Amino acid sequence: MSEVRFHGRGGQGVVTTSKILANAFARTGQFGASFPMLGFERRGAPVTAFGRFSDKPVREKTQIYNPDIIVVLDPSQRSSDAVFQGLLPGGMMLLNDSDNTMNVSHENLKRLGIIDANKIALEEIGLSIPNTVIVGAFARMSGLLEIEPCCDALQDYFSGKKLSANIVCAKRGFEEVELFDL
Amino acid sequence: MKPKTQDKTKPGSQIEVITGNAAAAIGAKLARPDVVAAYPITPQTEIIEQISKFHADGEMDCELITVEGENSAMNAVTAACLAGGRVFTASSSWGLVFMYDAILATAGARAPVVMVNVNRETPGIIAVSCGQQDMISTRDAGWIFLIAEDCQEILDLVLQAYRLAEDYDIQVPVMVHYDGFYLSYLSEGVNVPFQEDADRFLSVLNDQPQRTKLVPGGKLGCGTHGILGGYLELRYKHVSAMERSKAKFEEIDKEFQEIFGRSYGGQIEEYRMDDADVVLVGSGSMCGTIKAVIDEKRDAGVKVGLLKIRMYRPFPGEVMVAALKGKKAIGVVDRSLCFGFKGGPIYTELKAFETQLGGSKMMSFIDGIANTDITKANVEQMIDLTCDLAEGKDVREVTWVSYPEAQEPDSEKPDSEKRGGL
Repeated sequence: MSEVRFHGRGGQGVVTTSKILANAFARTGQFGASFPMLGFERRGAPVTAFGRFSDKPVREKTQIYNPDIIVVLDPSQRSSDAVFQGLLPGGMMLLNDSDNTMNVSHENLKRLGIIDANKIALEEIGLSIPNTVIVGAFARMSGLLEIEPCCDALQDYFSGKKLSANIVCAKRGFEEVELFDL
Repeated sequence: MKPKTQDKTKPGSQIEVITGNAAAAIGAKLARPDVVAAYPITPQTEIIEQISKFHADGEMDCELITVEGENSAMNAVTAACLAGGRVFTASSSWGLVFMYDAILATAGARAPVVMVNVNRETPGIIAVSCGQQDMISTRDAGWIFLIAEDCQEILDLVLQAYRLAEDYDIQVPVMVHYDGFYLSYLSEGVNVPFQEDADRFLSVLNDQPQRTKLVPGGKLGCGTHGILGGYLELRYKHVSAMERSKAKFEEIDKEFQEIFGRSYGGQIEEYRMDDADVVLVGSGSMCGTIKAVIDEKRDAGVKVGLLKIRMYRPFPGEVMVAALKGKKAIGVVDRSLCFGFKGGPIYTELKAFETQLGGSKMMSFIDGIANTDITKANVEQMIDLTCDLAEGKDVREVTWVSYPEAQEPDSEKPDSEKRGGL
């Protein structure tokens, strides 16, 4: 089982990112379960979400304290202690940032993926909502998913022009994420 | 909400990755209610949004009443129910409190309303967070209470709730509870039944005698009007119907399995209980985590099991005694408080059966209040302490797992004494 923790802010689509990934895993015959932890939903407030992806049914209904992978949608949290809290050795981090100078380090971090998801989202959907770019980048960085089930999963959340634009976002995330093995 | 991957191993359903709230809304849709009245509240709002969408899209042919508050919601569905309709509503916490008088009236009228309550802390300390205190605060209202562990069980329990509530021999409202946040917002794969199978499952009700209905122009008094003997008769019949609902729920679970291929065990679910020496008793979302920890403990040679409460009202005392009798030690996990008692509410209620348990020792764990996470480490601690109790070690009767200060020797003293005077 891979345990993934997502960090971002309300309005960035943090929760939707974790839902789409759970959906994509289910489409491959595996199991995904994700949930956010927040009080009142509101834009701008820090949001944390949790995802468990496994070849067996996921039973745990608890938050994730020792993630295998951390996904950071909000670049301002890139160096926050809360983000790296409990990261397991051999861990991975996917960072949405316009700065790809690898200005991030942690003793347990083995793989870093950086993608300027806001820029891609602005170009494709006209809004700086990075979530679907992150979905594609996650698939590539983690190696846990192909891009096809991710694009298929988007059908459950978007339709029409928004769907096709977000599929482009996911594909560009998959193609354009820069990977650094540390 | 479009059709998803067909699950070929489970005919008659399709897998959708949905939240607990969506599962509740789909369960309600599959039951084809005549009237839905509800008011949104975190963490339940998504149910109302989803049902509104079904209604707007023409997928749900019901009267949808967007009321100005929860009290009206309950009164509206109760009235529609007494007129013979199938009804649905959903609320949580402050909303449940705001419909409290109506909840009591609904039960007194024996109106078979089905509702969902998404468990959240009650007014008192403002906390938009998970906890079963709202369930506990309404437990004596005369409703049947069912509790779900995951998104699949939410959907399945909503369907089963209609069979139970509207059964001619029961006619008691049913509330399906599930943990806010941890389940309401949890997205996972759910086998969504096909409409024709849901129809078949519920069609048993069509073959039963018609329940008494209010009809325009007809002469019928409806509701709780009675003094002395009349009152006693109504209350005794209500209590008796609650007792009958236990066996009825077991029957419904079996029929559900025949159609949908899923069985939950009825009033309780027993997990690795057969040869268990020590047992945790729990309910709701914590049970998934407890099962995962039990498997790890079993690998380490600890004979531990879980008794999951699925039906909380009526209290499943008989089946719990049968399952727990002779166990060395029992740890009861409560996600709520029982003011006036040190231990949690479910612990306190199970204590009433202590003399029938054949010497099992009991202890109370309070955890998961106000979104406090019932972590795997917390569950391990609870299992270890219950093992200590089984071995005769000196352990506290009540442990606040996530508040170690409660375990300090002077924790029950007033602050003035602890600080050496004010």
